[in-house]
Amino acid sequence: MTTMVTTKPSMWKNYSTWANRHRKWLFASPAMIFVGLLIAVPLGWTLYLSVTDSEGSVRAASNLVGFSNYLEVLTDTERFWPAVMRTFVFTGGALAIELVLGMCIALLLWRPFRGEKWVRVAILLPLVATPVAVGMMWRLIFDPNIGFANQVLSWIGIPAQPWLSGQYTALPTLMFVDIWQWTPMVVLMLLAGLTSLSDEPDEAARIDGANSWQRFWFVTLPLMRATVIVTIVLRGIDALKTFDILYATKGKGGGSFHEVETLNIYAFGLSFDYNDYGIASTVLILFFLLIIAIMWVLTYRRKANRS
Amino acid sequence: MKRHSVVRVAAIVAATFLAAGTLTACSAGASDDGGAKTLRVTLANHVWTDTIKSKLPEFEAATGLTVELSQYGEDQLSDQYNVKLNAGTDEIDVMMYRPLQEGKLFAKNGYLADLSDDVEANADWDWSDFQSGPVESTTYDGNVVGVPIITEQEVLYYRKDLLAKAGLEVPTTMEELEAAAKAIKEQNPGVAGFVARTGKSAAVTQFSSFLYSFGGDFIDEDGNSAIASPEAKEAYAFYGGLIRDYGPENVSTDMSWPEAMAIFTQGQAGLYTEADSLYKNATDPETSKVSDTVGFAPMPAGPGGSVAYNVPSWALGINAESAYSAEAWSFIEWATSAKLTLEVQQDGVPGARQSVWEDPEGTSTYPADLAAAIATSTKNGVGHDRPRVIKVPEAREIVGDPIVIAITGGDSDAAADAASDAFQGILDDE
Repeated sequence: MTTMVTTKPSMWKNYSTWANRHRKWLFASPAMIFVGLLIAVPLGWTLYLSVTDSEGSVRAASNLVGFSNYLEVLTDTERFWPAVMRTFVFTGGALAIELVLGMCIALLLWRPFRGEKWVRVAILLPLVATPVAVGMMWRLIFDPNIGFANQVLSWIGIPAQPWLSGQYTALPTLMFVDIWQWTPMVVLMLLAGLTSLSDEPDEAARIDGANSWQRFWFVTLPLMRATVIVTIVLRGIDALKTFDILYATKGKGGGSFHEVETLNIYAFGLSFDYNDYGIASTVLILFFLLIIAIMWVLTYRRKANRS
Repeated sequence: MKRHSVVRVAAIVAATFLAAGTLTACSAGASDDGGAKTLRVTLANHVWTDTIKSKLPEFEAATGLTVELSQYGEDQLSDQYNVKLNAGTDEIDVMMYRPLQEGKLFAKNGYLADLSDDVEANADWDWSDFQSGPVESTTYDGNVVGVPIITEQEVLYYRKDLLAKAGLEVPTTMEELEAAAKAIKEQNPGVAGFVARTGKSAAVTQFSSFLYSFGGDFIDEDGNSAIASPEAKEAYAFYGGLIRDYGPENVSTDMSWPEAMAIFTQGQAGLYTEADSLYKNATDPETSKVSDTVGFAPMPAGPGGSVAYNVPSWALGINAESAYSAEAWSFIEWATSAKLTLEVQQDGVPGARQSVWEDPEGTSTYPADLAAAIATSTKNGVGHDRPRVIKVPEAREIVGDPIVIAITGGDSDAAADAASDAFQGILDDE
């Protein structure tokens, strides 16, 4: 290094000044390049596979087929579109209830009370459980013949329900499990937002004679907008991508009627069960575009609102 | 000083990266562990595996090899193979696989090494001792690609006490089966007359013996779909009807063998058709409440006779990319020797060696009625329990659809017609 400095002082000096001027980029670059490759390479590979007829083995010869996979998937009303619909029903339904429930619980926990610590810990418990374990646990509880859920129903005289095994009850049951597991995270995020609010607007409203509902609806909620949107974005992406509890309870294909087959489960089945890598990649690319579109709408609206 | 530090830090970072890269490259290639070769064996969770595992020290002592064993459940095993073999890994040497489920696909993809010369090399080991049906399904394009280790036949599990209570003999025909299921369900509240797998894909294999006994098959002689034939439609309606009418209340349409077996072993069903290789679940007092009253019988006869499947459910193969194929073969030769096959079979896992079946020792630990039922199934059994195609998972979902429709009370004839069209599409593609 020292020899370099003595033999080519001007070049070294130039480089050195350049490096110092762009220090933040230089130091961040290894990590940025690494992360970039980690995202770009798989994405590029998936994109490539989505325009081939690759099946059986990705090492086997495959042909470029242009957009015929996309055409096939987008016109598939038997598996693809129902899966899209289930993905949205699951995400939308679970997210809406989680938000309302999460807001209620966050408001209850907002003001200090006795035993606050214990309640907070208890509420967080579902969050720390492993999703696959959660899936197995609820599968046992909801077993139509020997499960605890039907036993409880029989005590209060309600006939046994099929729960997870029913064609039309499986998805709502799994939404319930998702709500059970993820409401605590929503509570946590909303609570963080609530505690950062200043007391003055609320006090002013109280002095003006607003009742508690009015204070919440016209004062607290508008102030919480940013937090709520961030919560929707984070939990929404997470819910769209739900895989573990669905797979752990219903397996490949999402049940005999594909009753809980969301896009994720469908893509997994296509690649790991059918070994149909071309179509699977197409579904995943479309899924990816879908998520990007939703995120764009959410963030764009947020910016528009701000200006 | 400040200038220098920037570059120095950058240089150190770069050097660390490079060094780390080289080190990982080293560790990936290191399979020789101080001279002793390590053989990587991937097996499924199975009684067979448990027995072999307990004998492994013998193999290691005799060959000086170190065996590194990985064990997975069926589905996880499939996923493992899919990911690793797709990437062309050499980190698997010996692989336990399902000839009927993945055999054609793996062989077509070139994942399985050609064992044709190995199997003929040692006359003492005796390749000709292996039953022809199983051998046929581990052969691809005339080349042997696997050695069958476990065979399966479908049998009827029944509750002796419930049949006696109803004053009925063990059902030998499909009509008697239905009558017995009806009687048991009516006499015993909360107990199902009949239970079997209900999951669209899982049920296909156990439905196959019903299909054959009604005189049908998945594919006809010309290689076309046969699942919309009158025989097949009758079989679909019968199997589905048994479960709908005499099955458990609120029957789930997701049941594979663990769920169906649980219902039977918890004493909640009287009759159950399932693979014989799972019989220990029903006769072991630790897992079964009905262990003292369970009986076994051959598949009841339908219009086409009593025709059960007789298939090799698992085989051992060698990864084509393995660097230790000779050592891998020595493991297979050891694990499938007549001596070990006998020991494994005495532990309750039906093997593929004819000599072991002919040896009275081979069935000495089996319940007598089970041994008799297996003998019937092996004699006139069919060598496949699912459509023999490359895209087995997809085909199973298609031919399994009418089963589920029949169970839920839908129009299974129409479903069979629709399924047949879709199935024909797969056959045409291949």
